[in-house]
Amino acid sequence: MSETNQETLEQPPIKLVMNQLPDANVPFESPLHHVELTKIAEHSGSQGGVVFRELSLGLLTLRCTPNAEQAASIEGILGVALPSNPLTSITSANGELTVMWISPDEWLLQVPQDKAFELESRFFAEVSGHVSLVNVSGGMTVFELSGNDVVKVLKKSTPIDFHDSEFPVGKVVSSIFAKSGATICRTSEQTYQLVVRRSFADYLWLWLQDASKEYGLTVMG
Amino acid sequence: MFHIFCPHCGEYREEEEFHAKGEAHIARPLDPDACRDEEWGEFLYFRTNPRGIHHELWVHAAGCRKFFNITRNTQTYEILEVYKLGEMPSVVAE
Repeated sequence: MSETNQETLEQPPIKLVMNQLPDANVPFESPLHHVELTKIAEHSGSQGGVVFRELSLGLLTLRCTPNAEQAASIEGILGVALPSNPLTSITSANGELTVMWISPDEWLLQVPQDKAFELESRFFAEVSGHVSLVNVSGGMTVFELSGNDVVKVLKKSTPIDFHDSEFPVGKVVSSIFAKSGATICRTSEQTYQLVVRRSFADYLWLWLQDASKEYGLTVMG
Repeated sequence: MFHIFCPHCGEYREEEEFHAKGEAHIARPLDPDACRDEEWGEFLYFRTNPRGIHHELWVHAAGCRKFFNITRNTQTYEILEVYKLGEMPSVVAE
């Protein structure tokens, strides 16, 4: 018994990477599944001032203070360098991957849901040293808000300045959002992404419905 | 409301994104097991609470979640300086 323990101890530490979407038959359940957005979308009228869509993406939190070697191998995997300027984000050429700056030693990676496991596996195989990559897809969800009046709704919810001179396309901030928290990224002229905690998804969905009522809300399934 | 400059994010944010964490530059006794009760008590409980210039530890709780220091006048509420951990303040009480 003790011998086997000894053997186990001497083995190199196993890095566990679990595929959170093991099979196409195991459905992914959105935190807003009970709302049935696709049904609401069918009855959604003409284009409102605000358009709401929930995105199902793979989200990974990367924490490290990369040295030159790590930076090179991370860039090799991602295809883009980690954005080192505060509050900026970078999207890869094919649009599949977005890297958001969260903090001086933290980034949020967004990839298509089915690519998260592959990315995570490559990270563990290729990046050495003091680095942590965690798949947080299950704990977060992404709301996409767009439309002519989207900024008015955001202004009601957070103290962040959304003027073009302060909040250009590509900027990303983490802040208070309707007494909850959110990471807000401007992905195009009139499109904003909110990365929110799964447990707050229902509350924020109710909040956003109320806040956008006066401009008209269109839901996309 | 304070309008606080976060040295990590590099921009001003509203106070509600931050939490105050008390007085800055409080050194923990290097060997807690060997220090006198009085030393440990000073470290845990006793603060200067000055009227005027005060160095405080803050955290950007809703933003980058990093700690940093603020030099603030407790009488006028004016923020005189913001600096990162490990740095020393340039504005100090006389």
